[in-house]
Amino acid sequence: MSVVPVTLLGLLERQPSHGYDLKRDYDTYFGRGKALPFGQVYATLARLARDGKAAAGEIEPGAGPERKRYAITPRGRAEVEAWLAEPVEPEPHLQTVLFAKVVLALMLGREADTYLDAQRAAHLQRMRELTAIRRNGGVVDALLADHAMFHLEADLRWIDVTNSRLSALAQVVRP
Amino acid sequence: MKPEVDGSVVAACAVVKSFGPTPALRGASVAAGAGEIVAVMGPSGSGKSTLLHCLAGILIPEAGQVWYAGGRVDTLDESARSSLRRDRFGFVFQTGQLVPELTAEENVALPLLLAGTRRAKAIAEAREWFDRLGLDGLEQRRSSELSGGQAQRVAVARGMVAHPAVLFADEPTGSLDSLAGEQVMNLLTDAARAEGTTVILVTHDPRVAAYADREVIVRDGQVISPNRVSP
Repeated sequence: MSVVPVTLLGLLERQPSHGYDLKRDYDTYFGRGKALPFGQVYATLARLARDGKAAAGEIEPGAGPERKRYAITPRGRAEVEAWLAEPVEPEPHLQTVLFAKVVLALMLGREADTYLDAQRAAHLQRMRELTAIRRNGGVVDALLADHAMFHLEADLRWIDVTNSRLSALAQVVRP
Repeated sequence: MKPEVDGSVVAACAVVKSFGPTPALRGASVAAGAGEIVAVMGPSGSGKSTLLHCLAGILIPEAGQVWYAGGRVDTLDESARSSLRRDRFGFVFQTGQLVPELTAEENVALPLLLAGTRRAKAIAEAREWFDRLGLDGLEQRRSSELSGGQAQRVAVARGMVAHPAVLFADEPTGSLDSLAGEQVMNLLTDAARAEGTTVILVTHDPRVAAYADREVIVRDGQVISPNRVSP
């Protein structure tokens, strides 16, 4: 599942919300300068409702955009749970996903350090595989493996630093 | 009772160790099997070097147990632990471990000489390691005449020359640039695997840890065992 739908689901697990509130919170915590278009928010909510992961309430009176309040379903909650528990395939340029998992886990009162430990183990396993390639392959293989390993190292340093900052981060993102 | 010991060569069970009022280990447990290379990782001050020193019988824990080959280490007296370290364990540390007055080959031969091996035999065995670790021609040099990478390879040779059951390596590449460090790790792990030596490898560097079969994380004096979830 891509990051935006499951992140919106996570925000719904926190509390039932209108699309407008979801967009605001997404942009605040996860957008990092790139706002989520309203159209994408409502299209994603419609798909989540169609798939039984979120439920839309009645249309509420009022001006402006669609005034439906969405709530997460047990199926949606299970999806958030599974996504947060699962380490990402170690590869370069993971920052967006790693960041979203940590912030969402803290926001929902889940154990972000458990996730970070699992992610560290997945990264180190990939580094072992790359080390074997570097030792057994040719120079070109070694250079490609080196490039991947430097990116994984950067992630690992971020994981360690984030681990030491979880308490401070939790204070910022928890309502 | 030795819950984590069965099947392992060296193990620590619920080890507690403090330095004055400062706790370093707070119930740390780890075990390594025969021929296994285990990386011990963790932030500075997490207790990973203290754990290595307890496993190696250098430090005695205040609580918990340390086992080697089915026997307790932490209950041995200093003389017995010293013999164990000399006869069954090898050591590689970060820096400053070669005796400056000795030649490189005398440094490598030192564990054998201390164990009572005749000098000629000890030197002959030491020289075999110069070939294995790419140190040919450096036998008569003193440590001040070796590069950092060469000195660490001499240290690896000294750690392995007595065919230890367990090699304890504490940041063995910590003072080297990445290419020299890579060479040392290649040689260290090749030698350990060829000899069937168990390696306890303390490092903060994931590139070094990636040479191990698995890693354990020490945090706040305890060993964290993450649930491994397949990505």
